[in-house]
Amino acid sequence: MDKYECSICGYVYDPAAGDPDNNVAPGTKFEDVAEDWVCPVCGAPKSEFNKV
Amino acid sequence: MHPVEICKDVYWVGVVDWDCRDFHGYMTAPTGTTYNAFLIKDEKVALFDSVKAGHGSEMLCRLAHVVKPEEVDYLIVNHVEMDHSGALPELVARTKPEKIFTSPMGERALRAHFDCADWPIEVVKTGSTVSLGKRTLQFLETRMLHWPDNMATFIPEDGVLISSDAFGQNWATSERFADEVNRSLLGKQLDRYFANIVLPFSPIAQKTIETIETMGLDVRFVCPDHGLMFRTPEDVAWVIERYKELAAQKQKKKAVLVFDTMWHSTERMAHAIASGLMEQGLTVKLMNLHMFDHSDVMEEVWDAAAVFVGSATHNNGMLPKVADMLTYMKGLKPKGKIGGAFGSYGWSGEAAKDIAAWLTDMGMEMPVAPVRLLYVPTHEQLAACTEMGRTIGKLVADKLG
Repeated sequence: MDKYECSICGYVYDPAAGDPDNNVAPGTKFEDVAEDWVCPVCGAPKSEFNKV
Repeated sequence: MHPVEICKDVYWVGVVDWDCRDFHGYMTAPTGTTYNAFLIKDEKVALFDSVKAGHGSEMLCRLAHVVKPEEVDYLIVNHVEMDHSGALPELVARTKPEKIFTSPMGERALRAHFDCADWPIEVVKTGSTVSLGKRTLQFLETRMLHWPDNMATFIPEDGVLISSDAFGQNWATSERFADEVNRSLLGKQLDRYFANIVLPFSPIAQKTIETIETMGLDVRFVCPDHGLMFRTPEDVAWVIERYKELAAQKQKKKAVLVFDTMWHSTERMAHAIASGLMEQGLTVKLMNLHMFDHSDVMEEVWDAAAVFVGSATHNNGMLPKVADMLTYMKGLKPKGKIGGAFGSYGWSGEAAKDIAAWLTDMGMEMPVAPVRLLYVPTHEQLAACTEMGRTIGKLVADKLG
């Protein structure tokens, strides 16, 4: 599963870890993360993320 | 040390730092700066933001003309960076606030900066409101504009937007309002601040302005944490429009040539490229890194359509001032530029190629191969430099009309 990096603040979404604080379970592929999910560090939308 | 009334019972109680030249270690502030703090006297007394350490007593003196420090009920921390929080421990000790409001990221940052286990911190999010009596505080998180903790506060009853670092400028003046100073000098400092601090977060700045417009906030006063405040309808509209242009990185028919040189060969190449660009009607800025620092350069780069970087090769690489410039520029993520690399050399000649790799990595379009030449330019080689300028100048002219 691919990791994705926020182009605004550099936060890396790791599918293995997910983002449990924001209702994304560990093991969730980036593609399957809800469209209205935002970067937990800077609030950027999914569209600002690039594959690492 | 008198406060300045912005509107009834809303005061500026900040500090003017006439001596500031080194801003946070990474940019220069040739005209000084201010650390703005604000006081609202209502049934509850609220104090917004703070100042850099060493200036706390001046802020308290100003504040004391309106209320006694211990009469302050609420502190609002819109941004934890130390130019706005350095005096906070002193302020908390003197005012003994009932509550300290900050964003979720602000709480995290406060705990990492200060021994604040016994501070009455209360976290507020976008949409949270707090009543002062006649007035309401509406909070709007502005994460990464320009730190994760940044937040703005809007007071709808007065139309006051306390915008934290957004709309700020580094300019020490005795005047406090935009309508009291020279507009073009103000614009220059607004641009310089944006280009050196906010530029990588341009999409966030755009989104924030959209949010303010969508929410239909009746903004009558824009009060940033640095520099002049905006209090007339014309000035409020002006600064918001200017920020939209900055955040869109709206380009002009303009090229910046930034370089370092050893025996003037790379400098002569820069001048030759500039001449080709000027033939195509571009405005050109020639910036020798011995005369300009990297923040001067970024002030020009943000609205340039083309950026040329040149260096002589020294010990198999680029000159150190050019490496500094590229590192700084890359971090600020300028968007949509055409790039060009050039430089003279004596034997190995890596610099121009290394620069081209950096500019490509920054996402710049590189339509012309790096121009390199041995030791001292010949007439023909300078003509090739001019041709490079002409080619890229034409691309810019075609693109921007």
